[in-house]
Amino acid sequence: MTGTRVPAREERRATLAPAVRVSGLRKAYGAVVALERLELEVLAGEFFTLLGPSGSGKTTTLRLIAGFEAPDDGAVELDGVDVTRRPPYQRDVNTVFQDYALFPHMTVAQNVAYGLMVRGVGRRDRAARAAQALQMVRLGDLGERKPVQLSGGQRQRVALARALVNRPRVLLLDEPLGALDLKLRQEMQLELQRIQRELSERITFVYVTHDQDEALAMSDRIAVFSRGRIEQVGSPREIYEHPANEFVAGFVGTSNLLEEDGLRVTVRPEKVELLAPDAPVAPGLRREPGVVRDVVYLGSVTRYVVELDRGETLVALRQNTDVAVAAAPDAERGRRVLLAWSPEHANTVAAGDDVEHVEEEG
Amino acid sequence: MSDTRASRAALAVWATLIALFLLAPILLIVLYAFNPSNVQSWPLHGLSTKWFSSTWHNQEMRQAFGLSVRAALISTGIALLLGSMAAFAVHRFRFFGREAISFVLVLPLALPGIITGMALNSFFAFGGVSFSLTTIVIGHATFCIVTVYNNVIARLRRTQTSLVEASMDLGADGWQTFRHVTLPVIATALVAGGLLAFALSFDEVIVTTFTAGAQNTLPLWIFGSIRLGQNLPQVNVVVLFVIALTFVPVVLAQRLTRDTGVVRMTAGRRR
Repeated sequence: MTGTRVPAREERRATLAPAVRVSGLRKAYGAVVALERLELEVLAGEFFTLLGPSGSGKTTTLRLIAGFEAPDDGAVELDGVDVTRRPPYQRDVNTVFQDYALFPHMTVAQNVAYGLMVRGVGRRDRAARAAQALQMVRLGDLGERKPVQLSGGQRQRVALARALVNRPRVLLLDEPLGALDLKLRQEMQLELQRIQRELSERITFVYVTHDQDEALAMSDRIAVFSRGRIEQVGSPREIYEHPANEFVAGFVGTSNLLEEDGLRVTVRPEKVELLAPDAPVAPGLRREPGVVRDVVYLGSVTRYVVELDRGETLVALRQNTDVAVAAAPDAERGRRVLLAWSPEHANTVAAGDDVEHVEEEG
Repeated sequence: MSDTRASRAALAVWATLIALFLLAPILLIVLYAFNPSNVQSWPLHGLSTKWFSSTWHNQEMRQAFGLSVRAALISTGIALLLGSMAAFAVHRFRFFGREAISFVLVLPLALPGIITGMALNSFFAFGGVSFSLTTIVIGHATFCIVTVYNNVIARLRRTQTSLVEASMDLGADGWQTFRHVTLPVIATALVAGGLLAFALSFDEVIVTTFTAGAQNTLPLWIFGSIRLGQNLPQVNVVVLFVIALTFVPVVLAQRLTRDTGVVRMTAGRRR
C-alpha cells in the first residue's frame, strides 16, 4: 500500500493541515451501509478524484463533506477545523451538482451572483465578480439568459461559475460531466484543469466520477472506492501501473489476471507483446503460448483475446501501425501466438473478495 | 381516414355544437340582463340598462355579495397557508400516515357537497356552534385547501430537490433559501391554486346552505330569488357580473400554470 504520497508540486505544503480530512466516517441508509469507517486526506490545492462504480459510496462521501447529510459516526475536517455538525451554509466549500441545480427563475448572472447576494456583498461588487466568473468559464455574454435557454454544456459552465464565485477553499464536483457527450466531456476536462491552474488562489478540487479515463486524465491523486470502502489511494500512474488489488486492477483499465508461483499477478494489455509462435524472445521476458480467440478492431489499436495453453485468458493490445493486420482481424482468429512481457510490468495483487480492507496510512 | 377535409369539417361542426351547448345558456342570461321587462319572455322588447342601477341599490344583494367576498378571501387565505404547508410536509418528509394525509385532503373534493354540508351541519349543531361567517369559512376551506395543495405538490414534484441543497451550499440559510428559491419556484402554483380556491368558494351553494344559517351568500341569494321568482332581472345582472369576475381569475390561473420556466433538467441520480 502506497500511503500518502508527498506531492510533487512545490506549492503543496504537506506540513499544513489537509484541505479535507475525513476520519472514521460511517453512513448507513436503513440496512444499507453506504460508508464504512472511511479515512481520507485531501491536500490543499490538489485535484483529488473519488473513483468508483455506482453505489460505492463516493457521492455519499461528497455529500457528507458538503454537509447535505450527517454521518452516523466519524468526523469531517476542513483546514483542520471540525465541521461535522455545521450546516452546508457554514462550510467553506461549494458544489457543482450532477444535475447542475441552476435556479430556473433567475438569469444566468443572478444564478452566479447568488452566493454573493446571500452573503450580503454589495450590488456593484456582485455584478463585477459574477461577470468575472462567467468570463472565466467563457460565457461572458450569456448573463441575461435563463437557464432553460442554455445547452447542457453551457449549464454545466454556469454551475461551475456559480460554485467558484464564492472562492471556496474546496470545490466539490459530483460527476459534473456525466450528462455531456464524449467530445464535450473531453473538452470540459481540459477546461476544468485550466480553470484550477488559473485561479489566483489555488482551490482544492474534489471530483467524483465513475469514469476511469476521466480520473486518470485529470487527477493529481485518485481514491478508488468499492462498496463503501477505499481500495487504494495514489497518483494516476500508481493506480494504473501498480493496482493494490484485483478490484482496482479490474476497475481501472483491463485486468489481465494470472496465477504465478501461487501469487495473483496482473499485467496491462498494452504491456503484452503479441508474437509469432516461433519468434525469438529477448532473454528475461515472461513468455506464454496460446491461441487467439477474439480480435476487436478499435481504430488506433486492435484488441486480441488470447487463451493461454495453461488455461487463463489474457488481453493484448497492438498498435495499428501495420495496416494489413488491422484490415483482416477475422484471419487472426484461431492462430497460435506467443505472448511475452517484462516481469517488471507484472504486478502482484491482493486477491479479490477476501481482501483485507486496504486503508490509507495517515 | 380517406378524406381529411370532410372529417375536419365534421369535427369543426361538432366542436361548435359543443361550444354552443356550453355557452348558449350563459349568453341568454347576459341578454336577459338587458331586458327592459321584468318578465322573461322571448323575443326581448328592446334593450335597457335600467336594472343595473336598481341592482346596485339592492341592500340584500349588497350584503350577500359582501359576505361572499369575505368568505372567499378568508377561505383562500386559510387554503394557501394550510394547503402549501401540507404539500411541503408530504413532499419533503417520510412519516407514518403520509399517504393517508394525501387521501384525506383530496376527499372533500370528491365527496358530494351535500354530505360535507350535512356532516358539518350536524357537527356544528352537536358542538353548539352558532352559524356565522366562521362556519361558512370552515365549510369552504374543506375543499379550497385541496386546490392549493394539489397545485403546490405538483410543482414541488417537478422541481429538482438539489435546488434547495444548491442554495444552502452557496451560503443561504433556511429562511434565505425559502425566500429566494422555494417561494419563487412555487409562487405561480400558489397564485393558481389561490385563484381556483377563491372561485370555488365564491360560487359554492350546497355546503354553504348547510353552514350559513340565516345569512345569505351571493349564490344563496340568487338561488333564493329564482326559487321565489323575485328580483329575476336583478339576478340576471348579478350573474353577468359574476361571470365577468370569475372569468379573470380562471384565465389567469391557466396562464400561470402553463409556462412557468420551472423545467426539470437532467434527472439527478443519487447513491
